[in-house]
Amino acid sequence: MDRIDRRGFLECMAWAGTGVVWAAAGGVLSSRPIGRAEAAAAAGGFSFVQISDTHVGFKGEANKDAAATLQQVVDRVNALRPAPAFVLHTGDQTHGQKAGAFDTVAEILKGVRAERVFYVPGEHDVFLDGGREYLSRYGQGTVGGRGWQSFDYQGTHFVGLVNVLRYKGEGMGSLGDEQIEWLEKDLTPLSSSTPLVIFAHVPLWAVYPKWGWTTEDAGRALGYLQRFGSVTVLNGHVHQVLRKVEGAISFHTAMSTAFPQPAPGSAPAPGPMKIPETEARRMIGVTDVTYVPGTHPLAVVDSTLG
Amino acid sequence: MKQRATVVGLMGAGITALLIGVHAEAAKAPTVGIEHFTYAPATLTVSVGTRVTWVNHDEEPHTVTSATGAFASSGLVNEDSFAQTFGKPGTYQYFCALHPHMKATVVVR
Repeated sequence: MDRIDRRGFLECMAWAGTGVVWAAAGGVLSSRPIGRAEAAAAAGGFSFVQISDTHVGFKGEANKDAAATLQQVVDRVNALRPAPAFVLHTGDQTHGQKAGAFDTVAEILKGVRAERVFYVPGEHDVFLDGGREYLSRYGQGTVGGRGWQSFDYQGTHFVGLVNVLRYKGEGMGSLGDEQIEWLEKDLTPLSSSTPLVIFAHVPLWAVYPKWGWTTEDAGRALGYLQRFGSVTVLNGHVHQVLRKVEGAISFHTAMSTAFPQPAPGSAPAPGPMKIPETEARRMIGVTDVTYVPGTHPLAVVDSTLG
Repeated sequence: MKQRATVVGLMGAGITALLIGVHAEAAKAPTVGIEHFTYAPATLTVSVGTRVTWVNHDEEPHTVTSATGAFASSGLVNEDSFAQTFGKPGTYQYFCALHPHMKATVVVR
């Protein structure tokens, strides 16, 4: 933890709703609910946690205190045995980028017992200043200080992409040519048998373009992933669990740790659902499991707070 | 202007809603509401020197961001408001920096 604090890795977003624990063994990713640590300490593998959309600063009908629910998620992560190797925060640490919000998230995440927290920004983290504050805190060690990065952990290649800094037009996510070209080069040396985990805030698949729940130029990036036998794409943004499988690519969106959003197209607009807190806790905590058939089965389990 | 708006307010409900929209724009302190990811009214016409106030009724943050950089609010949430005085005639388009598909206009005469 000291090391993490010194590097500032823990200052970041709050994750809303759900913690997902992933375990990798022999290139096969599976996951288990937080709090059931005994379930799947995959032999010789490792696990990590994804938290997303912590939206610290949010105060609404569904959640009066998003910092408190984040703290609850931290407590659950810390109860895991064995401890996850690291945490991925897939964006929207803050709700309105109010002064001090990043600090609040950082303070809470200092309590995570994991080696490190990796971050990608959500649009709520960058919309006021084009990412200046976010990158000053979390840009260090990323490509050109721009926020995107890759790393390897026990044979699995992780790539964190930024798709909210060109958030224009119809409100879709966008990666941009420069990042896509970097991705191509980053993947080139890898064997096709290398398991890949790609994480970014806005879904890299067309969840619901009408609400901006897609990344306009993701197709090009996904093209470079086609040759790999095991690809897991982890996103946030939509505050609910949604999945899709395309060949060897498995897409998964995480719940928020703060509040749920309506199912695609089920409301006039996206945004926080106005429901009682007790109900909301269950929607940021629905446990679900999917087994994906194929050479590299992927099971995803999301755990809820309620 | 205030007098006219009052008179309109006494009229029938359906017509009232329509006409208040028109006349309130010319009042001294018009307000644009932000709700369900929409600015209302979408086009507001005011006279030079008018101070316009926006209030966000959504739990989701929104901004009032000029398309030309003429003005920009911070992130508004939970009834936060933002005000801007328009000193020059013109057509001022603005949008939400967080949801760029949200667009509206202030016309200053």
